[in-house]
Amino acid sequence: MPELSTSSLPDLIFTILFFFMMVTTMREVTLKVKLSTPQGTQLEKLEHKSDVSYIYVGPPTDALRGQFGTGTRIQLNDRYADPREVMDFVAQERQGMQDQTRQVISIKADVNTQMGIITDIKEVLRKSYALKLNYSATSKGK
Amino acid sequence: MASKKKMPGLNTSSTADISFMLLIFFLVTTSMDSDKGLTRRLPPPPENQENTAVQINERNIFKVSINSVGKIMISGGQKLDSSNPADMELLCDMCKKFIMGMPHPGEDQGPEMTLQRVPGLSDLQQCAEKHVISLQSDRGTPYAAYFAVQDALVKAYNDVRDEKSKKLFAGKPFSALSEDQQGAIRTIYPQKISEAEPIDYSKLSQ
Repeated sequence: MPELSTSSLPDLIFTILFFFMMVTTMREVTLKVKLSTPQGTQLEKLEHKSDVSYIYVGPPTDALRGQFGTGTRIQLNDRYADPREVMDFVAQERQGMQDQTRQVISIKADVNTQMGIITDIKEVLRKSYALKLNYSATSKGK
Repeated sequence: MASKKKMPGLNTSSTADISFMLLIFFLVTTSMDSDKGLTRRLPPPPENQENTAVQINERNIFKVSINSVGKIMISGGQKLDSSNPADMELLCDMCKKFIMGMPHPGEDQGPEMTLQRVPGLSDLQQCAEKHVISLQSDRGTPYAAYFAVQDALVKAYNDVRDEKSKKLFAGKPFSALSEDQQGAIRTIYPQKISEAEPIDYSKLSQ
């Protein structure tokens, strides 16, 4: 019985590897808040990933609940922050961008968040002239 | 005479394992979720601290208020529930009619439409330039309710624009138009959603 030739196996795996490198994106941060984004029908895809900064809003994850409670938190980069710190965050993110006018802020908020905190964020974003906003969501029914 | 020694081939049997490990590394560190969302534009901050209240004719405003439990009230006094998809469709429908200049049920006038020359189009067009959709939320409004309303409003605009574009450009949907043509449609139906500062009703009652 002739042995199965495995000489093309590395090529095969490499192809799969390249496929995954193309279609996936690096995970930005480790989430410290529990998120379930709302569902919508009129969603647009976020183009130009490098122009997007993310703000996460929601209750702390199960692992961190003991330490931080269940109140809604804002996560910027890798830590919890205050609505006031959003301004610094926006300025900081803007610095690394090629075209600063294209900056988009994507708010990833949990469905049960109260609007008060989101309005606070929006107010700060207005003040720092980050006017392009994206409410992150998932498509409905698909 | 020494016989030519054959160079031994490089052992490549472990390449598969190495690439497997790379593959697994990428699988773990990357995520596949494509980012989608509802795109909105915020108004620029007020230039000076003065309150620049603009008087808008009552008939040009479509008020949508969401309370702290996600119930919606719209001008005309009708009440809707944000968690009910049928209600949200109703809201979208009413919005569409309002943008197109039709009056609310029970009222005799819809919002003013202005006859305008639109760049790129030969005829004068009825433009919904003066209408405003006013969105008022409470600080306690759940994000889901707010998002559902925003989604419905954007849907209303997209539908209205789509219909107009099909009428003007031989059945082409809005998304298939060129940049200039889209601009023309946008001039006819500009998106005017004004978000009022949320009221903190829980504090008012104390």
